[in-house]
Amino acid sequence: MKLHCDTDDPGREGRESSAGDLTEIARTVRLDILSMIRGAGSGHPGGSFSAVEILVELYWEVLRIHPEDPAWAARDRFVLSKGHACPALYSVLARRGYFDPSQLCTFRKLGSRLQGHPNMEHLPGLDASTGSLGQGLSISCGMALGLRLDGLDSRVFCLLGDGELQEGSVWESAMSASQFGLNRLTAIVDRNRVQLDDRVSAVMEIEPLADKWLAFGWDVIVADGHSFASMKKAFEHCAGSPFPSVIIADTLKGRGVSFMEGSAAWHGRCPDDSEYAAAVAEIEGGLT
Amino acid sequence: MTAPGLKPSREGYVEGLLEAGRRNPRVVVVEGDVARSIGSYAFREEFPGRYFNLGISEQDMMGEAAGLALAGFIPFAATYGVFASGRAWDQIRTSICYMNLAVRIGGAHGGLSVGPDGATHQALEDIALMRVLPRMKVLVPADSNQTRASVLASLETDGPVYIRFGRNPVPQLYPPDAVVRFGRGNLLREGTDALIVACGALVAIAVDAAESLSMVGISAGVLDMVSIKPLDGDLLLEQTRGVSCVVTAEDHQAAGGLFGAVAEYLCRHRPLPVSPVAVQDSFGTSGSPGEVMEMFGLTSEAVAAEVLRLLRRG
Repeated sequence: MKLHCDTDDPGREGRESSAGDLTEIARTVRLDILSMIRGAGSGHPGGSFSAVEILVELYWEVLRIHPEDPAWAARDRFVLSKGHACPALYSVLARRGYFDPSQLCTFRKLGSRLQGHPNMEHLPGLDASTGSLGQGLSISCGMALGLRLDGLDSRVFCLLGDGELQEGSVWESAMSASQFGLNRLTAIVDRNRVQLDDRVSAVMEIEPLADKWLAFGWDVIVADGHSFASMKKAFEHCAGSPFPSVIIADTLKGRGVSFMEGSAAWHGRCPDDSEYAAAVAEIEGGLT
Repeated sequence: MTAPGLKPSREGYVEGLLEAGRRNPRVVVVEGDVARSIGSYAFREEFPGRYFNLGISEQDMMGEAAGLALAGFIPFAATYGVFASGRAWDQIRTSICYMNLAVRIGGAHGGLSVGPDGATHQALEDIALMRVLPRMKVLVPADSNQTRASVLASLETDGPVYIRFGRNPVPQLYPPDAVVRFGRGNLLREGTDALIVACGALVAIAVDAAESLSMVGISAGVLDMVSIKPLDGDLLLEQTRGVSCVVTAEDHQAAGGLFGAVAEYLCRHRPLPVSPVAVQDSFGTSGSPGEVMEMFGLTSEAVAAEVLRLLRRG
């Protein structure tokens, strides 16, 4: 089924992402996120914005993938464990060539392949369906085990939220990744320090995060989650690790829109007309 | 000591696993520190590279099974049924069923068969929990040969499967070459007055009940509904033609299990009095399996009495 939609989207016509300019791609992704959530009337802008540079770096610089052959057996895998950030992933997949970006405006609408949380069954490029927090790392471990059994050197990447680390199942899988020596597995924690209700530290503190992962037998890299150079270096480091690796990516929830930044209120809220216009202006104005 | 003619169904699970592993190199096993109890250590000995013990972490076990299935393997994930179905239900729902993955879940020590361990370890809700999940298929074999056949049948279908089997020795009802097919029950005895539909450990008990009913001139059929989902509606319709009541028998809560499945089907397609012999909204307790079954009224006498009660009422 194909959906067409008519969300008004001033300024989007004719914008082309330049493959060589990750900053420009990130800007496009943020505008996509805004218009998708605006068109849907709901969604999660804060945690989508914090993950933009991580995803752009992964899909343009790191992942071994062929968008024209999404089921390629030897591809690297990516699991969005924090499934609510799917507007960012959908935009990245579309801009990377998995499907037509004109479909982005169907997000969260009846009949759309772009479900409110990722459903891999109908959308090319998704390696797992997610949305119930705390499950993606287990799936990623299982994938890594399976790929290793098949003698493939594919890497598996899993993006988690920092609030998500409150789920005990994450630490079950952290143990098994270490036990089974899954050195082709890289977890990325989008440490934006804010969850639905409040700051992570106010709801249920998860720090000291680096110490926790180290204690579970992981290689830990702390990086700037909004710096392509920093993330690139972190991903390169992980590639050579004999252990499973985690990149703790320091980010800002709502990054790119000043009134959303660091705010729990914007975890899952749709901007109104004036907020939308202000946000578009800020992103187009050159932040990031 | 196991009496002659008695064998634990879990032994059939292990036999089936080994056979599945030999037939299909994509079969892998993930378990949660109960391999010695279930007996599936034998799979690790034969296929060491294809066996993963995840430790006491059922949620991770189900998620890893999902990941292995996404990588093209056929994982058998087993632990005690109470934990397999309950502890990781959301993982089964979201990471397995929602993606329609070929994960086979072994629910060991089903029902009251784990007697002395008591209520915490007696899976009395697992059929209900698994049956409501879209795409999940549910098999409840009655003996070890049927359990082995259930494991092998699961290789021939897509999507997730839950296989529930017991711990304690039960009578062998089926030959070693028994076959299980999804959506197919087995008619063990024809009857004209009543039909008893049973699963798992209650099948042998239902056969005994039908035999004792025949002594008092009542003809009760016995249908082994090994495939609870998909249910064998055709066989149910065929075997309820002419009978005046149906009694279901299972070592599970009356709500949501075999009784639920049969009653849901019959109320739409052939409204008849249907009554459960099952656990009635309570937790189990410690005792030998036989003692506990008797305490909860899961006996051939109770099944026969329920048939008589419905017939007299009708």
